Amino acid sequence: MTAPNFTIEELPSAEIPRKGVWYHFRTFCRRYPLGAIGAAITLVFVFCAIFAEFVTGMDPYTTNAATSLAAPGSSHMLGADVMGRDVFSRIVYGARISLMVGVGSTLVGCFFGVFIGLASGYLLGWFDLITQRIIDMMQALPLLVMALVMAASLGPSLENTIIAISIPLIPNVARIIRSNTLSLREMPFVESARASGFSEWRIAIRHVLPNTLAPLIVLATAQLGAAILTEASLSFLGLGIPEPHASWGRMLSESAAEYVRTAPWLVIFPGIAISLVVFGTNLLGDAVRDMLDPRQRKT
Amino acid sequence: MTSYIIRRLLLMALTLVGMSIIIFIMLRLVPGNIADILFDSAGFIDPQEKALLEEELGLHLPLWKQYWDWIYGLVQGDLGFSYVSELPTVDELGPRIPITAKLAGLSLFFAVLIGLPLGVISAVKQNTWADYVVRIISLSGLSLPSFWLGLLILTAFVAWAGYIPIYTSAPETWYDELALLITPAIAVGFRASAIIMRLTRSSMLEVMRQDYVRTARSKGASENVINYKHALRNAILPVTTIIGIEAAFLIGGLIVTETVFNIPGVARFLVEAIQWRDYPIVQNLVMLIALIVVVVNLMVDLLYAVLDPRIRYS
Repeated sequence: MTAPNFTIEELPSAEIPRKGVWYHFRTFCRRYPLGAIGAAITLVFVFCAIFAEFVTGMDPYTTNAATSLAAPGSSHMLGADVMGRDVFSRIVYGARISLMVGVGSTLVGCFFGVFIGLASGYLLGWFDLITQRIIDMMQALPLLVMALVMAASLGPSLENTIIAISIPLIPNVARIIRSNTLSLREMPFVESARASGFSEWRIAIRHVLPNTLAPLIVLATAQLGAAILTEASLSFLGLGIPEPHASWGRMLSESAAEYVRTAPWLVIFPGIAISLVVFGTNLLGDAVRDMLDPRQRKT
Repeated sequence: MTSYIIRRLLLMALTLVGMSIIIFIMLRLVPGNIADILFDSAGFIDPQEKALLEEELGLHLPLWKQYWDWIYGLVQGDLGFSYVSELPTVDELGPRIPITAKLAGLSLFFAVLIGLPLGVISAVKQNTWADYVVRIISLSGLSLPSFWLGLLILTAFVAWAGYIPIYTSAPETWYDELALLITPAIAVGFRASAIIMRLTRSSMLEVMRQDYVRTARSKGASENVINYKHALRNAILPVTTIIGIEAAFLIGGLIVTETVFNIPGVARFLVEAIQWRDYPIVQNLVMLIALIVVVVNLMVDLLYAVLDPRIRYS
């Protein structure tokens, strides 16, 4: 038997080549084309929201009597409202408000929903019983009615709109997280963590919580569209975002009755913006659900 | 079954009592009541007159006493008086409820009429152009705000017919009323139809993979018999639930649509009452909505046992 004429360093690496971001992106687009379209639409609105100043050179709050109700044209791409404000720049800045409220209320709703659901499913007993009854009560009202009463109670402002929409979202999140926690707490890895002497809270936060993230992401993407629609409805009814913020729902409310005949662009363009962003988040939400919930994939 | 119904009724009562407390507290979270609104809008504040008005409306009483008076009256059928019009709440809500109920019924009818067949077609023709079209329609239904759809319909009417079909005075015949309600019903029902469409499709696809459907096909049954007699009858169960839930939750869409079409229904009235902090109207209306939701939920659960004899409640 002769000694090999190469060293161990010269052997080819046994490591499986890691797939890059570009590979995952292409796979996602190929498997979920509608989800990719949704992601692209959502990204366009996110870009507008972050870089609104660069997307449009016009100020959304500057009034000009000379351009009142100007039709779409070279000076105002999507026309001007009754105060002569540029509709395109108001829509671009409106994306910031809409996404801020949508993402903000979804995050706040998910945060409290996760906390309540986790505690309810983990502690059980009286805490669970009382929490579940309160959730039953909160779910007895439609999202908009609950948000309407909350918004009216808190008063119109950006922060209050986020709170008003996030509170009705809590029960949905808490229910899902609770049911997941109930099944997870009986799993062998939780039992072994308990046997290792970890505290119950440590097990709940470090071991159970990360395993509830997949359904949480699915739910959050589905709730995002609902939150954006609710903000638009609240602002349309005059109980959401106050002036001078450029809110899509408020833009429609200002133009609803008076300008349907004379300036239909005031009705059409803000509505397209709302529908497109919700359409995008819904498509993305469907793809995320299919990706993370294999049971749904076949249907 | 009887014990199940009794248990559910007790749970319903508990939910409604809890809801009444939540609504009562929420409406009083922020300082300021109708007396403040009236005096602020008038531009002057005479503390004596304001105190007199608050006493007249019972707003000076401790919160627990106000709550007790409301619940005590509610149980006895006394819903109190509107702070704004000073009319009995029953008289304010009475004429408005039928208008909203008709609109909700029509919306649901439209939603089922469109949603169910399109959902079946989408499932039967899975991954064909018909399926893609239906899926895009259903996603659009979920994405379009109902008030914007209403505004678009109004814009279209202005452009093509030269008039706006909104409530200006009470319609004289049922035909006139139907003509006025059909467009807002489409605006409200479109979203519900999208939800029904999506659920019918996924439920049908689930059922169509079952062994008994394959057996029926291998026995030579026609596609129509398989789709409608075997698949749809079994797929309808979850769809029934969603139809029930949507019936109860239509109020969300009705609130904005009644505002757009100027319909003097109870949903638009809720927004006006909230803006005026007209507590008796808001509290009783919210309780009515909550009652409808819990009753419909119970009815859907009971309907389950009728539609599927395998389900037995104990």
